Amino acid sequence: MLSRESHLRRLEAESIHIFREVAATFSNPVMLYSIGKDSSVMLRLAMKAFYPAKPPFPFLHVDTTWKFREMIEFRDRMASELGFGLLVHINEDGVRDGINPFDHGSNTHTHIMKTLALRQALDEHGFDAAFGGARRDEEKSRAKERIFSFRNANHGWDPKNQRPEMWKIYNTRVAKGESIRVFPLSNWTELDVWQYIMLEDIPIVPLYFAKKRTVVERDGMLVLKDDERMTLLANEEMEERRVRFRTLGCYPLTGAIESDADTLDGIVSEMLTAKTSERQGRAIDRDEAGSMEKKKREGYF
Amino acid sequence: MAAHHDRKQSGETVRDFLKSQEEKSTLRFLTCGSVDDGKSTLIGRLLYDTKLIFEDQLASLEADSRKHGTTGKEVDLALLVDGLEAEREQGITIDVAYRFFATPSRRFIVADTPGHEQYTRNMATGASTADLAIVLVDACQGILTQTRRHSFIASSLGIRHIILAVNKMDLVDFDQAVFEEIEAGYREFAEELEFASVSAIPISARHGDNVTTPSVNMDWYHGPSLLSKLETVEVSADEAGQPLRFPVQIVSRPNSDFRGFSGTIASGHAAVGDNVIVAKSGKPAKIAKIIAHGEETESAAKGDAVTLVLDSDIEVSRGNMLVSPDNRPDVADQFMANVVWFDEQALLPGRSYILRTECDQSNATVTELKYRVDINSFSHEAAKSLEMNEIGVCNISTQSPIVFDGYAENRNTGAFILIDRITNATAGAGMIVHPLRRASNVHWQALDVNKHARSELKQQKPVVLWFTGLSGSGKSTIANLLEKKLHVANRHTTILDGDNVRHGLNRDLGFTDEDRVENIRRVGEVAKLMVDAGLIAIVSFISPFRAERRMVREMLGEGEFVEVFIDTPFEECVKRDPKGLYARAIKGEIKNFTGVDSPYEIPERADLHLKTLNRSPEELADELEAWLKERGYC
Ligand SMILES: Nc1nc2c(ncn2[C@@H]2O[C@H](COP(=O)(O)OP(=O)(O)O)[C@@H](O)[C@H]2O)c(=O)[nH]1
Repeated sequence: MLSRESHLRRLEAESIHIFREVAATFSNPVMLYSIGKDSSVMLRLAMKAFYPAKPPFPFLHVDTTWKFREMIEFRDRMASELGFGLLVHINEDGVRDGINPFDHGSNTHTHIMKTLALRQALDEHGFDAAFGGARRDEEKSRAKERIFSFRNANHGWDPKNQRPEMWKIYNTRVAKGESIRVFPLSNWTELDVWQYIMLEDIPIVPLYFAKKRTVVERDGMLVLKDDERMTLLANEEMEERRVRFRTLGCYPLTGAIESDADTLDGIVSEMLTAKTSERQGRAIDRDEAGSMEKKKREGYF
Repeated sequence: MAAHHDRKQSGETVRDFLKSQEEKSTLRFLTCGSVDDGKSTLIGRLLYDTKLIFEDQLASLEADSRKHGTTGKEVDLALLVDGLEAEREQGITIDVAYRFFATPSRRFIVADTPGHEQYTRNMATGASTADLAIVLVDACQGILTQTRRHSFIASSLGIRHIILAVNKMDLVDFDQAVFEEIEAGYREFAEELEFASVSAIPISARHGDNVTTPSVNMDWYHGPSLLSKLETVEVSADEAGQPLRFPVQIVSRPNSDFRGFSGTIASGHAAVGDNVIVAKSGKPAKIAKIIAHGEETESAAKGDAVTLVLDSDIEVSRGNMLVSPDNRPDVADQFMANVVWFDEQALLPGRSYILRTECDQSNATVTELKYRVDINSFSHEAAKSLEMNEIGVCNISTQSPIVFDGYAENRNTGAFILIDRITNATAGAGMIVHPLRRASNVHWQALDVNKHARSELKQQKPVVLWFTGLSGSGKSTIANLLEKKLHVANRHTTILDGDNVRHGLNRDLGFTDEDRVENIRRVGEVAKLMVDAGLIAIVSFISPFRAERRMVREMLGEGEFVEVFIDTPFEECVKRDPKGLYARAIKGEIKNFTGVDSPYEIPERADLHLKTLNRSPEELADELEAWLKERGYC
């Protein structure tokens, strides 16, 4: 049991405050549920914030159709166990055009199947506030993001024109068509997230735990061939390795790391001695310097 | 050496390690100073020396240093924290960045705030949640305008502890005299700012002197390094004994058996069984239940996000506050505050803004700009407006009362922001000094309180809505509905009703033509007074004669008289006959009854002509409200 003064209780309270503020001031909020560990923590916080009531907003998963199968199973199980309203959005134009990470590259794929898909979903439902799981410790441009981050009617983010955020007083006013992205985990670090998962016994996708998995090495990344859509190149070979994932996304774009950590203790212990930061496993960040900021201006989360 | 601070030691279990992490306190601080004083370098150094930098970040840093760096061959630590592309191109930090690091004894959240003048608002943003400020001064340049400005902002925002870091000592040959002169200069002007502590430390952010380790180049300095000062400074003000403040954020009502009030405790302590007062109504209640992080608990304190259930069914909604019975906050609609202005459009007294506290919101106007502060001399200057980045002291009036404490007593309940009504920009931030007593306010207004000033305060255009029509046409019903709607929209209204006025003011008048004219004349005068008071006056009088209606119109100014014809056919009125008057008039029991044996002159140019047949009174009231809105009356 944590003491009231504990660092995690403080973070928890701050996040709960943010959830409630959005529920009280926006007419049509949504939580973006990406199935990863941060989303799992957000889900727990949202449940707590409104207990004994249920969170007064739906959960939206933008499915690129390339997520790990285990993620989708986990998502559907959580939705039925906790009884939250789950919306799944797929960019059908992208599916029709056969957009995929192999032929079109990670940038185009992510832009069409994730960024555009998210915009479609937000526009379709007219959401005026969307919770996301981004943390300030993740990446340089995120360190500057507000907790309530204003987006214009085209979902764009203007880093030079952010609203000052004073105390816990949030400016929640938006004009028609404009919206706010809200980041309740802004002040959490990766360690905080793991610690909270441990403490609260929060279920997470099994892919986070090390296990013998069949992977193939491609461009220096260990890729788990999750279905038949991925074909091996001439010089490639499948091999069994003991691996786990530090972040979860589209399987062809998410590198596994070799690891023996098959418990939460193991994961945290590994993390504490880690020499590489979390985003390194994501292909999207390495394309070019400042790539994350560019994506964000376009509306990527 | 502060290496491997938050790395697990061998032999320690993960859970033990996490527990030790948990027990650390957190210090929030910000770095401020002028452009190029070395803030980013300093933070980069802190992160680097506490080993919070991962190898891949280091690799990308080396690549970045070659592309954008200002340090030649060396790794440029500033690039670690200067995140945005625009910043890299301009080579300055333009926004607040939050960084996290830890040592064995504390966790730190750093707000890296920009030094460039036009970005003062970001510094205020960082300062609003910080306990301590590191004020950087470049040893080569000494104290600059920015140093004074930032120290002043830090002080205004309630920061009590300052570390004066005199940086780039390597460029002045680590000269003690340079340091001491800067320190003395700083202490002199900082005296007025009433910080609880000011510690001066000579450093070189770039080379690491006195940042995390003592400097070999400055053996004349015997104080702690910057990091050890950060680790040991005691910032928690005396918070024990603060009264309960619980701003209600949202009412939780999942089913008819449960009604809870959710929010974050701003100060003090709450326990099951405690007596509390609803601040705005003064009504008492007892705490019956406390729910914190998803389960019931006996007590909660400052910073906890909880849901309180009370023992009685009293009215409490968002924006209200549950407070200690024996130490209550102010509930007022006028107060004096320090304001920092952020917006390009200057703050103007008399203009209407949206004022937002943590959970409450109201329309507000600055009734008086008392003075602007010259941040060089800290002296007070008369001003007609506050421009971007200026700081001043104002009297503010809100449309409805808000609950607050002085900012000096409580940073959570004494703060507010001002939002531009048109752009929704966060235009300024304020720290409340104290409420204004009515008397002192009246004193100020005595000079030129007029119709305009009164209605400005109410944020509406005063007007007489003159409802004319037959008895039973629906005037009073529609008038009442409209008034309710306007009231809900925070409009200030009153109703003058024919029947009621005849019981009082016009008790001496009958129904002869002369008396009918006098009746309308008096009501016209009263309505005019109401408009002078800034009100929306809804007058519902049969007023059958065109001439009298015109007389009233002429008593009032342009746009202040709106004639509304409630048009219900005579037959329909007779059929409705709500008071049984038509029946009696037709039988001859009432003389001079309009429509029966006294004429009704239909308006020729009513501003609004409402035909009531087949329409509900709600619809008609809605139509009226929309009409008023369209024309800017409310
Ligand atoms: N010689 C010297 N240069 C420094 C020191 N600290 C920072 N600088 C340099 O001063 C310049 C501005 O530093 P930066 O951290 O970007 O300043 P900021 O604008 O306050 O963030 C850079 O070229 C730094 O390398 C120092 O202690 N000594």
